[in-house]
Amino acid sequence: MKEHLYNYILGIADNSLILGQRMGELCGHGPSLETDIACTNISLDLFGQVRSYFQYAAKLAGDGRTEDDIAMLRKEREYVNVLLAEQPNTNFAYTIGRQFLFDIYHLLYLTELQKSKDLTLSAIAKKCIKEVSYHVRFSSDWVKRLGDGTEESKQKMQEAVDDLWVYTDELFHQTEADKVMITEEVGVDVTKLKEEYYTRVSEILEEAGLNIPESKWFQKGGKQGIHTEHLGYLLADLQYMQRTYPNMEW
Amino acid sequence: MSEEQIMSLEKYFEERIARDEKIEPKDWMPEKYRQTHIRQMSQHAHSEVVGMLPEGNWITRAPSLRRKVALLAKVQDEAGHGLYLYSATETLGVSREELYEQLHTGKAKYSSIFNYPTLTWADIGAIGWLVDGAAIINQVPLCNTSYGPYARAMIRVCKEESFHQRQGYEIMIKLANGTPEQKEMAQDALNRWWWPSLMMLGPTDDKSVHTEQSMKWKLKRKTNDELRQQFIDQTVPQADLIGLKIPDPDLKWNEERGSYDFGGIDWDEFWQVVKGHGPMNKERMKARVGAWERGAWVRDAAMAYAEKKEKRKQAV
Repeated sequence: MKEHLYNYILGIADNSLILGQRMGELCGHGPSLETDIACTNISLDLFGQVRSYFQYAAKLAGDGRTEDDIAMLRKEREYVNVLLAEQPNTNFAYTIGRQFLFDIYHLLYLTELQKSKDLTLSAIAKKCIKEVSYHVRFSSDWVKRLGDGTEESKQKMQEAVDDLWVYTDELFHQTEADKVMITEEVGVDVTKLKEEYYTRVSEILEEAGLNIPESKWFQKGGKQGIHTEHLGYLLADLQYMQRTYPNMEW
Repeated sequence: MSEEQIMSLEKYFEERIARDEKIEPKDWMPEKYRQTHIRQMSQHAHSEVVGMLPEGNWITRAPSLRRKVALLAKVQDEAGHGLYLYSATETLGVSREELYEQLHTGKAKYSSIFNYPTLTWADIGAIGWLVDGAAIINQVPLCNTSYGPYARAMIRVCKEESFHQRQGYEIMIKLANGTPEQKEMAQDALNRWWWPSLMMLGPTDDKSVHTEQSMKWKLKRKTNDELRQQFIDQTVPQADLIGLKIPDPDLKWNEERGSYDFGGIDWDEFWQVVKGHGPMNKERMKARVGAWERGAWVRDAAMAYAEKKEKRKQAV
């Protein structure tokens, strides 16, 4: 099995999986019917992407594991999503902040992944980019609305951005799988996306009248499977059926 | 307007309906027609939106990625139905805020079926199969109803609902053909959802207060009892096909009528739930009102932002 490629795919897909699960929690509980539909739609897009990635990973594994085994039957330390993706829906500002800080990265990332020498990954990236462009528009618009809306919304949006900011640096950390995949021209060098990322994020935050956090202290660990305490609960839900009723088809 | 003029308008109006012409928002209509439609259409919209809750309850725990994606898409469809049914209701001169207010204060009703809990994954199958199945039977005739915006909305709603119904039945097939545990889960869900689904078709004809007028306005084409019989006759063979047992000891094929005879429905339970005392009435309303209140600052922000943007545009 191409172990590095397999691990590399998990690194991409786990972000969509965990963020999709978070967005799915909101279904039916959003601030308006329109935002409810949009958040559910983003969740749906992300899970669609997850399926493409994990179907490919299952094929590479070649040992009978399915997309669901990979998505739902790993242990907590084996999930390699960034910490940002697993942060909870504290309030709508956190949901939007998390989505925005991820979307800007996601679009830059997929734009590069399209050039991958791995044709499957490149094809998935091309398909996802249309969806993610919409996610960027949705979350950026909401950052502006909340930042430049009322005093209350401004304060809430600022608080969310400040709190989530510490998880942004991790997006640009290279893993072992990254390094190998970059030399094979399959993977994306995320370190090269950093500058453009903070430029774009800062532009939107400024337009929204929000302060750009100055913190130089960042959190990391997700890519090595060392998560925040939030992930365990999310996985308990995600894995519930597969764990309670093992080896069944649904 | 004199009484005589109103009488002649009403006569002309009833003639149009009898000719199967569509009534459009700007057309004259009797006040009672307007009110009846606001009531029924908003009730329908509320049902879609409250209905998102019991199914949304299983999104994070869906057993496979394929099922999760399908469930997300389904609940999203329901939100979409809510949206265009609210829009269609707004054409009758009532705002969405007023309609929400009616829902949140308990003045407006929604389908009682959503006051039952979804306890296992099989409930998601049972809802699709039985609840959407009963909803389609209720709703297909509405594609030809007299009020244009409602009829047009219903054409789209019904297409999506029949897809949901097949999807729900497919979940049940998979469970019924699965392990003993899965089969038991499916049977248990059928046992719990069967009777409430029959109640969805409404009170018996002798107890139904709106039937006669609604028939005239084509808000209804068949009586509650006729619809219920249709639902039973259609669903029993589907249960047989996958080896599940309808939880009704009196259920029996009646050769003479060419229909199934069935046992008595617990109408006390029906009225208890309708009056707000079902297993989940309070939780459902708490969830809706809670989402609305927690979202107030978000909606205020969106409004304030739109106003600022408009002002800036004018200043340029």
